[in-house]
Amino acid sequence: MEKYGGQERAAGAALPSNGTYVAVWAALLFFLGLTIFVARLGIPSFGVAINLLIATVKAGLVLVFFMHLGSEGRFLKIMLGVAFAALTAIILLTFSDVMFRR
Amino acid sequence: MWFFLFTELLFFGGMFLLYSIYRYKFAADFHRAAADENLVLGSVNTAILLTSSLAMALAVTAARRGETRRSIAFQLTTIGLGAIFLVIKGVEWAAKIGRGIYPNGPVLLGLKNGEIIFFGLYFTMTGLHALHVLIGITVIAFMVRYTKRGVIGPQRYSRLENTGLYWHFVDIVWIYLFPLFYLIT
Repeated sequence: MEKYGGQERAAGAALPSNGTYVAVWAALLFFLGLTIFVARLGIPSFGVAINLLIATVKAGLVLVFFMHLGSEGRFLKIMLGVAFAALTAIILLTFSDVMFRR
Repeated sequence: MWFFLFTELLFFGGMFLLYSIYRYKFAADFHRAAADENLVLGSVNTAILLTSSLAMALAVTAARRGETRRSIAFQLTTIGLGAIFLVIKGVEWAAKIGRGIYPNGPVLLGLKNGEIIFFGLYFTMTGLHALHVLIGITVIAFMVRYTKRGVIGPQRYSRLENTGLYWHFVDIVWIYLFPLFYLIT
């Protein structure tokens, strides 16, 4: 796979420490506990929204640390942003239709 | 690999869209149907998958440091945790099917429309997710082989790295599936 030079580019860069990964994992488990706690509180209208927010924080932790998005180039970050923006647009546009149907 | 993950994002995104529209239309039915989910098994499975992601991340770092044996051990841990996840998923599905809740099942058809849709989405989305876990396990098994042979090492770790990206993505999908199916009662 040497020909894909870009991928190996980070070989010389500092390796993420095992401690960081374990800390991220602990944080993920903490948020798992938190989300279950929030669900059991049974907050009427905002409960699900809060849990989706917590899920997004968890997904962000996985993206930035486990998938080391933090140390990736700007191009990839923009591409990921475009992908998320496309998905958000699809969902919003669909809802703009569904919510106003009679 | 990232580009493949973008297509995967929209693949699962389509189903999340379907879920959110039907949840909007049948909010009460969705809440009632979600009470059928086993919160304990779902939570344990979430923890298992998060831990498997940790093992995968550690496996990549170990390979980059040239710690072959450690890397293989962590990869095998990831495979093991993924397998446990699938077994628990299987137990959940078996419990539902045993009670007549499966596509076209006798009990399912007696439920309200919104509940039928909820279980349809549940089987489709967790089923496709489980398929991704299965594919991930298979690919990691190949990576174990490559690492043993020295094809993957400190200078050549792209394959393992990309496998890791895929595995973490599958983890992220579950991070969203869990609150949507288990935590909306």
